[in-house]
Amino acid sequence: MSTNDSKRTRRAALTAVLACAALAAAACGSADPGAGAAEPRAAAAFTPAPQETGGEILVWADATRVPAVEQYQKAHPDAKIKIVTYSGNANGANDLQTKVQLFDRTGSGWPDVAFSTTFGDVAWASAGGAQGRQPYAAPVNRGVIDKSVLDGFATGALDPCTVGGDVYCVRNDLAQNVLWYNKKLMADFGYEVPTTWEEYRALGEKVAKEHPGYLVGTAGDPWAPEVYFWASQCPASTLTAPKKVTVDLGGDKCTRMATLVDSLIATGSISKESVFGAGFIKEKADKILMLPGPSWYGQVLFASTFKTPDKQIAAASPLKFSAEPTNYTGNVGGGVWFISSHSKNLKAAADLVTWVTTSNDYQATAGTYPAFKQAATAWLEKQKESGYFAEDVSAVFTEAAGLVWPGWSATQYSQEAIYASTVVPALNEGKTITSVLETWETAIKNKAASLGYTVESP
Amino acid sequence: MTTLPASAPGHRSGARGTDGPAHRAGDPSRRMGAVFVSGYVVLLLAFGVLPTVYAVWLSISNSRGQLVGLGNFIRTFADYRFLSAFGHVLLYLVIWLGTLMGLVVGLALMLHGRMRRTSAALRFLYYIPGALAGVASVLLWLIMLDPAASPAGWLLRAFGWETLAQVIAPDHLPALFTVIAFWTGAGGWIVIMYAALNNIPDEVLEAARIDGAGVVQTALRIQLPLLRKWIAYMLILAFAAGTQLFVEPQLVSTVSWGMISDSWSPNQLSYLYAFQAGDFHGAAALAVNLMVVGLACASVVVFRAGLFERD
Repeated sequence: MSTNDSKRTRRAALTAVLACAALAAAACGSADPGAGAAEPRAAAAFTPAPQETGGEILVWADATRVPAVEQYQKAHPDAKIKIVTYSGNANGANDLQTKVQLFDRTGSGWPDVAFSTTFGDVAWASAGGAQGRQPYAAPVNRGVIDKSVLDGFATGALDPCTVGGDVYCVRNDLAQNVLWYNKKLMADFGYEVPTTWEEYRALGEKVAKEHPGYLVGTAGDPWAPEVYFWASQCPASTLTAPKKVTVDLGGDKCTRMATLVDSLIATGSISKESVFGAGFIKEKADKILMLPGPSWYGQVLFASTFKTPDKQIAAASPLKFSAEPTNYTGNVGGGVWFISSHSKNLKAAADLVTWVTTSNDYQATAGTYPAFKQAATAWLEKQKESGYFAEDVSAVFTEAAGLVWPGWSATQYSQEAIYASTVVPALNEGKTITSVLETWETAIKNKAASLGYTVESP
Repeated sequence: MTTLPASAPGHRSGARGTDGPAHRAGDPSRRMGAVFVSGYVVLLLAFGVLPTVYAVWLSISNSRGQLVGLGNFIRTFADYRFLSAFGHVLLYLVIWLGTLMGLVVGLALMLHGRMRRTSAALRFLYYIPGALAGVASVLLWLIMLDPAASPAGWLLRAFGWETLAQVIAPDHLPALFTVIAFWTGAGGWIVIMYAALNNIPDEVLEAARIDGAGVVQTALRIQLPLLRKWIAYMLILAFAAGTQLFVEPQLVSTVSWGMISDSWSPNQLSYLYAFQAGDFHGAAALAVNLMVVGLACASVVVFRAGLFERD
């Protein structure tokens, strides 16, 4: 390099450094993204947009729920509806929030009605955006949907939709966990259905010895924490205020379940795969003896995906720890419907949401357990009529619906995604859940903090 | 006084000077050139320059429109995901660029020198995967990498991988993305390199042979130096594409039910900032980081390889 070149380079570097220093010095505002964000608005501040009765409403739903909207359209020929099919935010997708963020910026385009499979969406949909923007979701209890309708939902079903005393979504279905088992196999092997986690563990160890290859559960699904750790009352995330969360995976209630699952993974009776993995469906689906999991496993997993023959699958009550007085269950999903606070057709939107969540015409025939009590009764009746299950599941489903442990809060971040990216790879490397509990806890805390939550220790 | 011949460069230059701008503007071929270029320029301004300027503005301001200097950059540097996201992409780039440079140039030289009879068929074969759109090719590979569904399942099992989760373990991703990217994009580059090799005059190669250069000597001393600009061009584009990694980890994350972190690459992290946290300023800072790194590396390659020098 010539002397001139060298001088030029030095001069350019100096200029760049000075420019950076000037830029840093020129700062006059805070770069903290939370500094300009408004606190979540009180529902009293909800101001509906000027209403235009008779106009078209835009509805976003996943492919499973689109038939419900089409059925409503058929039953209400005068309703003007435009349907957009999207992911429903399943499997960690984030489409609805992504688009709403953009609509917030452009000031238009929000869907009047949106379905989401993730009730964690309530956390952002009920909160105001930066610069005091109105939250996406309308508080439906503020004159949007009749109180008599909201009162008809199962006890606690609307809790995940409720923020600051107002209801920001309407629950489509419940996803309470039960203990699924293959009644035929259990009888063939001469086993009793367990009622406690201790009995479940003992049976799992017995199965590994007497019938190797048969399974009593899976831990490679993203929703494994919602099946095992939620039921064990492990405080993975408990909201103490709208943006304050307590995370503690070090306590007994977490370690007891981690140890239990680890011991059964070690014997081979709990699989490290996901129930929807191609390999699992091909090779393991007919090896399932028991499977703690959500109510939707019955039709969606055993009947449609695994093609398990009729009259084999039955459901038992959620398990409890013998030292506990009550059995608790987690909640794996359970979709929600939002009505946009920006909608110019609140009445039409409310009518649609009310129909799809409460009408027996649709809910009684849906694949998942309805959150609306009356529809749930009709749905259970249909399940009995279908003749698929080995026993009537009504009593177990109804019992489990009221046993969801309330200590696990709906947050803006997904427990499923964090477990999947932190614990599942570790399991596949041969590590135990117990050995990565701390890493898992740190991942939850980091994610919470990155989304503006204040993380507190218990 | 020396009289320059009519064909001397200085003379031509002088002639242009005396013609003046008025003459140039009136030249129909130049006008046509400007028309052709204008479409590109308009699109470049609308979808390249303006969004970039907007991103730079967002990266140095906050949601109230106040200037925050380097605040957003400092905030994103301190993010617990920053180092791992950039580290992943750096590792991927090292493997991807090394493989691409070595194999593309090597295969092109081989097709050009030793396999002239079959080279047309092979070039076509290499090119076919490039016809698949990026997303489709990733989906195809996700089937190929699942031991339960892949026709090459036996090969995966030979490595001790029984499930998709074992194949797409986070540590394997840089190598897997390299395989996918190479399969999708390398064919096009081989065709381009082959065309560039065709531009080397036979006389030059013949002279080298007469001077006693073997295949390796010819490649190292004649062909590679003459391909320098094409290799530099490939390097810049492949580097830019590599740093923008988004679709691959995003899709792998979806099909593995979230086993791959949603902030595996810087672009994914930027996406999370914008659309999960609603922090467009932090997202812009991350994007500007990538742009600065990309521009710096491209500048080094451009000047080192003399890409803009006219022969």
